[in-house]
Amino acid sequence: MAYEAKFRVWRGDDSDGELRDYLVEVNEGEVVLDIIHRLQATQTPDLAVRWNCKAGKCGSCSAEINGRPRLLCMTRMSTFTEDETVTVTPMRTFPVVRDLVTDVSFNYTKAREVPSFAPPPGVAPGEYRMLQVDVERSQEFRKCIECFLCQNTCHVVRDHEENKENFAGPRYLMRVAELEMHPLDSADRVAAAQDEHGLGFCNITKCCSEVCPEHIAITDNALIPMKERVADRKYDPIVWLGDKLFRRG
Amino acid sequence: MTSGVGAPTRAKITARTLRTDRWWLPPLMTNLGLLAFVVYATIRSFMGKWYWVGEYGYLTPFYSPCLSDSCLPGASHFGTPLPELPGWVPLGFIALPFLLGFRLTCYYYRKAYYRSVWQSPPACAVAEPHGSYSGETRLPLVVQNAHRYFFYVAVLVSVVNTYDAVVAFTHGLGLGNVILLVNVVLLWAYTVSCHSCRHVVGGRLKHFSKHPVRYRAWTLVSRLNARHMQLAWTTLGTLVLTDLYVMLVASGAISDLRII
Repeated sequence: MAYEAKFRVWRGDDSDGELRDYLVEVNEGEVVLDIIHRLQATQTPDLAVRWNCKAGKCGSCSAEINGRPRLLCMTRMSTFTEDETVTVTPMRTFPVVRDLVTDVSFNYTKAREVPSFAPPPGVAPGEYRMLQVDVERSQEFRKCIECFLCQNTCHVVRDHEENKENFAGPRYLMRVAELEMHPLDSADRVAAAQDEHGLGFCNITKCCSEVCPEHIAITDNALIPMKERVADRKYDPIVWLGDKLFRRG
Repeated sequence: MTSGVGAPTRAKITARTLRTDRWWLPPLMTNLGLLAFVVYATIRSFMGKWYWVGEYGYLTPFYSPCLSDSCLPGASHFGTPLPELPGWVPLGFIALPFLLGFRLTCYYYRKAYYRSVWQSPPACAVAEPHGSYSGETRLPLVVQNAHRYFFYVAVLVSVVNTYDAVVAFTHGLGLGNVILLVNVVLLWAYTVSCHSCRHVVGGRLKHFSKHPVRYRAWTLVSRLNARHMQLAWTTLGTLVLTDLYVMLVASGAISDLRII
């Protein structure tokens, strides 16, 4: 059953902008991205929005809906009442380009700062052999679609622009954890997690896990295990002594 | 607002948050819950009476182990190696600081009080009120990394609490025994579900396949770990309930419901 929904959409660029009100038709089964597209088609042909797969797998249409970081294509209109005003804004952690489109290059910079997979010496591509039980933990993190909602919601950079330089954000700390737990990765990533990627900034308030559209347990399975590994290395004299005495790797 | 969500390059939105749900409710409830427990635990720890029911062998966990000459006869299951204590020292002073440290540095409670007490952040996508943020990178919060040491002590205290609950069964069976038992089982569940425990039993391994027993242990702890938050709150409740029951029976306000 169709109805007219009240939408407030942020329009503007890096110099100025405002929330503008629209009335848009909504049909049964639609998601917020459908409504944004209808808005483009019928009222605001210049509305900028980044989107691609419409299936929650490309991570392009990240935005904030009623203040909550969400994928536009995975937010059903049926979750709102018909008289509710739906507010759509760009992600508020990254520089805005125009309307709902932000410059997410911060994330690409952080991605490049994580050294890539380092197989053991003498093992060539094609010769990698590992057991499922060993690689399972890392595989959870491979579900990431790089929507950057976790990066956007993390208060370390969302509320403190100055931390962007020293903090990789949950997505790339998870990448560090993925490689650290990988059975064939031979690089030592523990010290760098704390000293270079800023793991110590994380105060495990779990917003990254809350907004992840892939339901990855980022905090419990990546960030806290990495914090514990850092504690092994830097803050636990008994483990340090054990490693020295028994030459544990 | 010139930094954070108000930084010059970001979308010009003046509101601290555009969330329309009751995002303030969880931190408020957390604050009230923690405050209620802290007030109750403080009063009871310093009360110095109604912690032991000699007839049925019930000892409240707030006073266990009771190791000084100030303890009531029978309440000291492990002897009294310590002399009489001044009245202002809680009789459970050996274990209480470590249990407090265990909960303060617990990964769940950290999330809870960072969000509710320190408002950092109060809720997801709600701007925090602080001008700067260094997280757990330096003192005092870098001390949170000592959580595992508090975990080790908490295991010992759980053993002591288990002993207390078992000793009480030698006096027969009453509702108090059931309460002590349920409390100790849940305390074990909370302690074992700790993130540091998960790391110690197997999480730190790179190859699970080389350590099948530790992998099995890690799998079991991981299952419990997913309920860590629920266990954290449940055990606060059972601790209060257990202590309250012992206090009421010890003071004579109620009589224990005897089963055998």
